[in-house]
Amino acid sequence: MSVAIGTETHRLGRRAGARRRAASLAIPFLIAVLAVAAIVALSFGAAGIPLSRLPAALGLSGDSTAMTTRDQLVLWSIRVPRIAATAMVGGLLAAAGAIMQGLFRNPLADPALVGVSSGGALAAASAIVFTDSRFGETLRFLQTELLPLAAFAGSLATTAILYGISSRSGRTSIAVFLLAGVAITAIANAGIGLLVFVADDRQLRDITFWMLGSMSGVTWTKAAVLAPILVIGLAACTFIARGLDLLVLGEADAFHGGVDVERLKRISIVMVSAMTGVAVSISGVIGFVGIVVPHLLRLVIGPAHRLLLPASVLSGAILMVGADTLARTIVAPAEMPIGILTAAVGAPVFLFILLRQRGLASL
Amino acid sequence: MNVVIEARALSKRADHATLLDGVGLTVSAGEMVAIIGPNGAGKSTLLRLLSGDLRPNAGEVRLKQRDISSYAPRELAARRAMLSQHINVTFPFTVEEIVLMGAGERSARDAGSLVDAALDEVGLTHFRERQLPTLSGGEQQRAHFARVLVQLACGEAEHGPGVLLLDEPTSSLDLRHQIDLVEAARRRAGNGTAVIAILHDLNLAIRFAGRLVVLNGGKLAADGARADVVTSETIRDIFEIDAVVHQGDDGVPYVLPQTMRAAVAPR
Repeated sequence: MSVAIGTETHRLGRRAGARRRAASLAIPFLIAVLAVAAIVALSFGAAGIPLSRLPAALGLSGDSTAMTTRDQLVLWSIRVPRIAATAMVGGLLAAAGAIMQGLFRNPLADPALVGVSSGGALAAASAIVFTDSRFGETLRFLQTELLPLAAFAGSLATTAILYGISSRSGRTSIAVFLLAGVAITAIANAGIGLLVFVADDRQLRDITFWMLGSMSGVTWTKAAVLAPILVIGLAACTFIARGLDLLVLGEADAFHGGVDVERLKRISIVMVSAMTGVAVSISGVIGFVGIVVPHLLRLVIGPAHRLLLPASVLSGAILMVGADTLARTIVAPAEMPIGILTAAVGAPVFLFILLRQRGLASL
Repeated sequence: MNVVIEARALSKRADHATLLDGVGLTVSAGEMVAIIGPNGAGKSTLLRLLSGDLRPNAGEVRLKQRDISSYAPRELAARRAMLSQHINVTFPFTVEEIVLMGAGERSARDAGSLVDAALDEVGLTHFRERQLPTLSGGEQQRAHFARVLVQLACGEAEHGPGVLLLDEPTSSLDLRHQIDLVEAARRRAGNGTAVIAILHDLNLAIRFAGRLVVLNGGKLAADGARADVVTSETIRDIFEIDAVVHQGDDGVPYVLPQTMRAAVAPR
């Protein structure tokens, strides 16, 4: 018996040592993987560009042929902005998930869970139907610009309502926040259902395509919206990392440890809604990235947020660039909505975490 | 006497129920105080008010001659440390990472020796790399105690003697570790820390603290030296049981509840 316990302790000790080593190498390793994923993504697609032609197409070598001109056009006006936006959306979604899980002290929390994504989706669907209707047709030419703005506003409004409901006299109740989120998700989904019901065929296709999530049609302008939010988000992450670590002890004990809990919660909630809102506005609803990425990372590098948050940004980017490359190629020249792929991978992982938690609880 | 923490006529209400009613308490540097009383007497409420986590409806708490609500959370954490009763950690932090959380902004390198000493003191050095959720309830409680000791040490290094608040710190511990924890708290008091602990085990409370504070129904029922407070009459009034108070060989009283005495008496 004592031998068994000794072995167990030894095994867990070794795992902790391996975790420390993984943690020290995580960021450079993830940057390298992201670079490889991006190169593969540049090469694959409806119009394939073999790796041998890639340097010329990127303008890194002087050759200039008709083929190079075509490649350059495909790369710089379609593929590069798309890959950049995909990586940033993945980073934002994964980081938003990690922050929310820290905030709720629950590995299953996700912006999609409390209706932040659904709020954005409802606003976007409304924008599609409105600009297509008799009343809104004067604004139809603005639909491309209006859609991201509406989704962003919807996410922020949802978060504001949630915060208003769950925050009383300067304190935020996490339980009320979660339950209010469930109710708001239901309301938003009912609204989307109603819009789908009244939409005509063309609107329906737009709404559905957007609801399933897709990175097609990304332009430099759209990609540029993501960059500042990502930069501000990363900077804020270093600021809230220690507070999120201590919050794992519970709100009272985080306060005892010196954390301004109310301020931490306000900053985290605003960050989550801004990051989710802007991501959803570009890509549509893409689920599970925010759950899968932080969970897997915690297993490898541990739960400390100082490393978890930047590592989530990089891993989310890798996952999304990979999924998008797959979405562009498996049914080429058509394209599969990327949300289907992430859900196919993410939902089983979600269930796995759930079962594992249940297993721990019954011990 | 160097007063470190002082509660003046504290009252706390929640949804028309009065949790605490006009309680006053003054604790000096190096003093060890045990708070005792039946369930629902307001012990935890008093401790949370003293920690600055709750705000009173009336009265005030003064920490080192300043209103406790005037401290920012970080300033407060450098002057008082508190161990709560139930802490449930969901993420796989290691014992070492949890204990290091007590060191605030200090890096692992700067606080390393403090962490080592605290882990040694609670007997968890061999578990430092283990993930906290895989440990037993008592071991987790000891890990959190080590974290609180690191926080106290970091704060006292900069601001002098502070306050250590313990909410039923021995509830999940076996006998040996109960004594270990109490002794560790006693060593802090020896260095000037003001220690205030809620304890349910009367005999442990008597051993632990020279001064006992008794709460009952949200009011201060008694506050004084253990020999004055621990009498059959007080125990009957407060806990509604009959008990016999004996004098130990070392002059420290101990309490034997009546039913237990009846079972033991024939021998």
